[in-house]
Amino acid sequence: MIHTRMLAKDFTLNRSETVHAVKGIDLDIHAGELVAVLGPNGAGKTTTMRMLTTLIAPTSGTAEVAGYDVVADAAKVRRRIGYVGQGNGAGHTQRARDEVYTQGLVYGLDRRAARRRAEELLEGLDLTELATRKVSDLSGGQRRRLDVAIGLVHAPSLLFLDEPSTGLDPQNRANLWQHITDMRTAYGMTIVLTTHYLDEADSVAERVIVVDHGQVIADDTPDALKARLAGDLITVTAATAEAGAQLAQLLSRLEGSREVASDGLKVSARVRNGSRSLPGLLNTARLAEAGVEAVQVDRPTLDDVFLALTGRSLRESTGTAVPTTSTNQKEAA
Amino acid sequence: MSTLTQTATAAIDGTTRPRNAVAGLARDTWIVMVRELRPVLRDPFSLVFSLVQPLMFLVLFGPLLAGSLTGTGVLDGNAWQWFLPAILVMTTLFGTASTGANLLYEFQTGAHERMLVTPLSRPSLLIGRSLKELVPLTGQALLLIVVMIPFGFQLHVLGALAGLALLGVLGIGLGSLSYAVATAVRRQDWMFWVVHQTVIFPLMILSGMLLPLETGPAWMQAAAKANPLAYVVDAERALFAGDLTSPVVLWGWLAALATAAVGLLVGIRLMARSAD
Repeated sequence: MIHTRMLAKDFTLNRSETVHAVKGIDLDIHAGELVAVLGPNGAGKTTTMRMLTTLIAPTSGTAEVAGYDVVADAAKVRRRIGYVGQGNGAGHTQRARDEVYTQGLVYGLDRRAARRRAEELLEGLDLTELATRKVSDLSGGQRRRLDVAIGLVHAPSLLFLDEPSTGLDPQNRANLWQHITDMRTAYGMTIVLTTHYLDEADSVAERVIVVDHGQVIADDTPDALKARLAGDLITVTAATAEAGAQLAQLLSRLEGSREVASDGLKVSARVRNGSRSLPGLLNTARLAEAGVEAVQVDRPTLDDVFLALTGRSLRESTGTAVPTTSTNQKEAA
Repeated sequence: MSTLTQTATAAIDGTTRPRNAVAGLARDTWIVMVRELRPVLRDPFSLVFSLVQPLMFLVLFGPLLAGSLTGTGVLDGNAWQWFLPAILVMTTLFGTASTGANLLYEFQTGAHERMLVTPLSRPSLLIGRSLKELVPLTGQALLLIVVMIPFGFQLHVLGALAGLALLGVLGIGLGSLSYAVATAVRRQDWMFWVVHQTVIFPLMILSGMLLPLETGPAWMQAAAKANPLAYVVDAERALFAGDLTSPVVLWGWLAALATAAVGLLVGIRLMARSAD
């Protein structure tokens, strides 16, 4: 469905400064996949998506989307893909139904078919009652659902979603995703989305492509990424300092063990499989008479993956995912 | 859900979109124009509201003009006959010159980006918008004419129709230029209003709309020679006086057509690169 080779994009700021936003990306995304492109702001996610959706031409490299080259056959690509951008696709001065209807005409439906299609999509996305509302009067979540309805008018086999849930509260995000997954089942769509919400990528995507500084730095299922790059975090609280030292020894011998840390009583380590390692660990501890007070296993997050890959936390480099403190808000105001 | 997919397959095959490039452009332009018109038609009061300014000029400036120019030989008798055609050009100028702001808004919200990813041809996104200007400007002109008839404005139907057509061509040109400016400054949107204000007042004053240029200094008259609006204003005055064969009418048409040609050309070129 998508094949890119050495896809790159430079932006010339002025005569002496050029930003290499995307530095030679090779991607192969197959029909039916649901892929999340994850990375901090400025990593090249949106630039990549804008190239794949024919909005901007690559500086070098090639991209084939839905069977056609994005530069040579841009018109054919446009006919086959759906796109929900970062902003609002629906014009704010328009009425909700009118925009879906217009989009149908744009893709070549006749008036009757376009009208029927608009009704179907509005119903499918729970917008029927808002059909005659002006877009500017809709809430953020409603507007986003309308954007998705507009993007689905021609039942594209490939749908691009650029930061689909930014600015939505958790309830609206869950609701939006419910609708998107329903539509995906109905059409058998391939979906490519960008996001900087870790939990979103984790929960909805079947495959996560991590990008940083314009390059793909990891590409796998969320579980495989976590198992391979982060691993489970086992934290053991020892009864005595002596037991703590013994437990640290035992932890370092577990399969895939690394990052063994100890602050006296509390000892922790990352291991390949926490829940499978635990019974053996406790057994050995009892035999060695090292007293254990408490045990905890934490599954890794995609942030741990990003941290392992780059040495930086995605939360820190993204900014928006961090809840702002009251002092920050005062400064901003 | 299966009906959903069925209605849409025609669109994916592309069979229902015209293969002929000209037919395709015409169809796309029509879609864009109708989409742009919808908010106007859903809220026709906005048209009436934008008539406040030209009405002010008619009501508050018209009598002063009549008072100060009577006997100078510029106005022979009926001041409305001289003033209303110019006010129609002014309405066209103010209405279409600010229309780029609508496009700027769509740049900001993301609606324009959505259009750029559809099969709509790039030129249609500009032409459809520019053609849409015809509707509000004709509606406004008709309203102003009807309002002024009871005050003694004499209507020559053929001339008035030709005058409206000329206004339409001018409006398409000015509208295209406004969209072109909006596209060019989309990253610094405040620039739009700077350009708008810097251009609109010289254009207006140096067209002889409000006061005859004959009484101005020579440099002003020379500057007016380079202002297409001045030719259109003269042509409108001749047309609304029922004089369809005057040479100034021909000059007016040339000026309006040149404005439209330049506007569309520049607008289309910028629109083609509006995704960058």
